[in-house]
Amino acid sequence: MAKEKKEKVVENMETEVVAEDTRKVVLMQGNEAVARGALAAGLDFYAGYPITPSTEIAEILSEELPKKGGKFIQMEDEIASICAIIGASLAGAKAMTATSGPGFSLMQEGIGFAKATETPCVVVDVQRGGVSTGLPTKPSQGDIMQSKWGSHGDNPAIVLYPHTVKECYELAIRAINLSEKYRTCVTLLLDEVLGHMREAVKLPDISNVRIVNRLRPTVPPEWYKHYDENQKYISPVASYGEGYRFHVTGLAHDALGFPTNKASEVAAQMKRLKRKITHNIRDLVQIESYMMEDATVAIFAVGICARSAKAAIKAAREYGIKVGLLRPITIWPFPDDAVKKMLRDVDTIIVPELNEGQLINELHRLTKDKADGKIIPIQRSDGEMITPTHIFRVIKEAH
Amino acid sequence: MANIPQKVVHKYLRHNKKFPHVWCPGCSNGTTLGSIIRAIAELNYDRDGITMVSGIGCSSRMPVYVDFNTLHTLHGRALPFATGIKMQKPEQKVIVITGDGDATAIGGNHFIHACRRNIDITTIVLNNNIYGMTGGQYSPTTPTGDRATTSPYGNIDPVFDICELAMAAGATFVARTTAFHALETQDIIKKALEHKGFSVVEVVSACPVIYGRLNKKGGGPEMMMHMRDNSVPLKATEKMTPEQLEGKIVRGIFKQVNKLEYCDAYANLMSQFNVKEEAKK
Amino acid sequence: MSQVFRKEVRFSGSGGQGLILDGIVLARAGVLDNYKVTQTQSYGPESRGGSSRADTIISDGDIYYPEAQNIDILVALTQVACDKFIFEMKEDGILIVDNNLVKNISVSIGKIYEEPFTEITLEKLGTELPMNIVTLAFMVKITKIVSEKSLEQAIRDSVKPMHIELNIKAMNLGFDLAKKYL
Repeated sequence: MAKEKKEKVVENMETEVVAEDTRKVVLMQGNEAVARGALAAGLDFYAGYPITPSTEIAEILSEELPKKGGKFIQMEDEIASICAIIGASLAGAKAMTATSGPGFSLMQEGIGFAKATETPCVVVDVQRGGVSTGLPTKPSQGDIMQSKWGSHGDNPAIVLYPHTVKECYELAIRAINLSEKYRTCVTLLLDEVLGHMREAVKLPDISNVRIVNRLRPTVPPEWYKHYDENQKYISPVASYGEGYRFHVTGLAHDALGFPTNKASEVAAQMKRLKRKITHNIRDLVQIESYMMEDATVAIFAVGICARSAKAAIKAAREYGIKVGLLRPITIWPFPDDAVKKMLRDVDTIIVPELNEGQLINELHRLTKDKADGKIIPIQRSDGEMITPTHIFRVIKEAH
Repeated sequence: MANIPQKVVHKYLRHNKKFPHVWCPGCSNGTTLGSIIRAIAELNYDRDGITMVSGIGCSSRMPVYVDFNTLHTLHGRALPFATGIKMQKPEQKVIVITGDGDATAIGGNHFIHACRRNIDITTIVLNNNIYGMTGGQYSPTTPTGDRATTSPYGNIDPVFDICELAMAAGATFVARTTAFHALETQDIIKKALEHKGFSVVEVVSACPVIYGRLNKKGGGPEMMMHMRDNSVPLKATEKMTPEQLEGKIVRGIFKQVNKLEYCDAYANLMSQFNVKEEAKK
Repeated sequence: MSQVFRKEVRFSGSGGQGLILDGIVLARAGVLDNYKVTQTQSYGPESRGGSSRADTIISDGDIYYPEAQNIDILVALTQVACDKFIFEMKEDGILIVDNNLVKNISVSIGKIYEEPFTEITLEKLGTELPMNIVTLAFMVKITKIVSEKSLEQAIRDSVKPMHIELNIKAMNLGFDLAKKYL
């Protein structure tokens, strides 16, 4: 087991869990781990609407939030849910909602509003199968592009993608931390299988969890700017009812938050939204390299497909095939540098994904001098998983 | 009804920053803003304790002009945003400014559910019978037969009665007034603000530049006079026949009852766990 | 490479038979025995009826793919489930069926245990509800996949307090049924 640990390299593990796990092992569902992680990160407010396969998150938080003085409300739909968490966040709360594809589509306008107004919040999307109502109890990875481009206009995204129940817990904490740090809406994407799957996990004591709170203004109200252009892309943020009496609008706005049509002010807003992501790639991007040191074949996968890949790699290594896995933990912003390195280092890349080809497009984007034949897709969008056997077969053929 | 001096009104406005406003000449939204400000001044509310939330539309531009905590949201969604704020900070006085299309078309679902919850938010619906900001399309309150840019042959849609809708959905304070009756509006809004629970005030408003022009209702003053001449106080309707009531705008407080308020209900729920409301931070 | 302990168990039947609870209880017992475990399920929109299955994988190595692919132990409580999943079993796998509900076993498999679990549960406990626990305990006694002590604790941790007594009785009934095979 110790050997295996060495083989896993997680780059930029600015981990949210700062000390060794001390508590006993428990059996926990992915959705429950998300809820527990959010609570550990200091969640104050949850608004949501029932939808399979995310509902357990709401059920657990409806039980737990009132116990710690937090607020839970079941809204009339997903649109209302995203709006309510933005409102609560403007009033100072760490706020979250959870949904699945159809609800995620409904939330897109609100997600854009949160990003434009730089209001911290977290949206969990437990992806279901298929387009439209699709397959409520089956997995897919069909929302990868939606989580980046779902809302209209340019709205840079931070999206995290766990592959184990433990990671559900850790990334829920990280999602809330990043939303607070970067003043934006952060999305946590889960596969249905992971949301509903139970796994033995050892959770850390809450005192060992690193918690980030949004920066608060230190200036008197008359000097306060809700989007201070003198700060490097992220400025301190006041809450309603604290004497700052600021204005928030989804319209293009100036440093004070008032609507503007002035090109220079609009450009400043757009630049800030973009740069706070692009200037912090090192902090935002996390990847896992698994057995990549000597690999000539690489698998590039997220979530449940990365688990199938690891099983396939184990089998292929027994046949002497040098194969590894590159797994983005942060999928947006995309880990361009790590992927470019992989493209240089290996002969063949296999991209298994539960959709008709979304992640693979990002690889093509970064492949200028490499024949496309080197990138082999494995795609499935019928509600069933890509099995280790399937990936193993493709590895053998590619080798 | 106290007479509030101009100077006090200005105290509540972002007077130096955001004027002149976007509203057309003859639009009654400014008059209603005046009534709202004077009601707040009369109650002597602290500016920091008020959050004004709006959706999208002409009336929804109001929050930018007032010196409160202000939030200009998405079309139809002011109430869920306001619900989040109120739940998180129940001590805030939350006022929602919305229009007929914003509240009863795109935001209709949120409107009825906010009524049902009886959450302590005062919702002021400035009903000008048209989508003004987008240039004059028919709304759920455009009278049947009237012209709009999307009903060039006359509107075939039946109309919503906003107050009936609010009462049926469970709002505990429901009233209607007109922009012409500015002092009455001030008084009703004051009562709505003092009411604990979900309050709805429909202010019948004039859009002379679009609705008035398309339907030959005259300019601002004529439309104001129409409100004066074609509205009756609720009390007076008792003695009127259905024929006499035909086409009349009935003004007054239709419903005012006390019922458990939503944030109080949540506080009751929490009380079993022995946590303090603002225990943290 | 050293041989790791790894067992893939599938509980299959129809919604309402308590199969997912079986999967969870077995997984909890696995955790108590210090194994790595995953538990997944697949079901249709129905809470009652429809097809249902729960997979539990217990291993002392890392478990990547969480669904059973080469089933070591299959519990089948409908004919449809048995017909479907028997082909996903290992040749030396163990099949456990309720022989009132599963009349035909289409291929030969390592070991087959047939008991009228539902009928016996109703007869001995006055209700057929804890049939899932009877079956699970039977399976555990036969296969020793987890310890009996951990199974009991897992049952206590997984059912509502008011139902613990009944389910412990069901567990003991399952153990007793298995004795004649040992």
